[in-house]
Amino acid sequence: MKIQILGTGCPKCSTLAKQAEEAAKQLGADYEIEKLTDIRDIMKMGVMTTPALAIDGSVKIVGKVPTVEEIKKIISGI
Amino acid sequence: MGESKACECSTAPKLIFACSGAADVGALSDQAARKMTRDGNGKMFCLAGIGARISGIMKNTEAAAAILAIDGCALNCASKSLEEAGFKNFEHLLVSDLGFQKGESPVTEDAVAKIAEAGAKLISKGVY
Repeated sequence: MKIQILGTGCPKCSTLAKQAEEAAKQLGADYEIEKLTDIRDIMKMGVMTTPALAIDGSVKIVGKVPTVEEIKKIISGI
Repeated sequence: MGESKACECSTAPKLIFACSGAADVGALSDQAARKMTRDGNGKMFCLAGIGARISGIMKNTEAAAAILAIDGCALNCASKSLEEAGFKNFEHLLVSDLGFQKGESPVTEDAVAKIAEAGAKLISKGVY
């Protein structure tokens, strides 16, 4: 599973990355974290509001930092 | 990601989806949406991406502060496309309601400006 953090590097994006990593660890999931910080790469995924979270290329959250529990639900729902 | 960077996250935008169909009223809808974007009254977004269910476009639209669908004619393809994709809360502007009839409406600056003005009023009302 590839967890993608979309954002140009502000504290919210950093927090989102940490939360996502924690969620994956708690679930015992096999994962890798990819950070997309170039606005061109972010826009290629159709996102115009950051921070955003995508799982395996599918955008799941836009414009907010979800809780670890919320991210776990998203991951589990795949 | 460095903590020192200034926050570049933006607030939820107002999104505009326009008919870009083959008829003259489609061209008017398209140009009005682009004018609204240039004028700062919202951001034109990709209706084809809604139809294709592109996840980034879908999620961004879900997070929008307001949504405006501009349809050229009574077929209402733009608003129906949004509805098919699960969106219910949006403002709707029908170009033909402003007196522009399909097949009889050349794309002029005045026409585009009139439609853009009507759209701007609607989208400002539609903030939710």
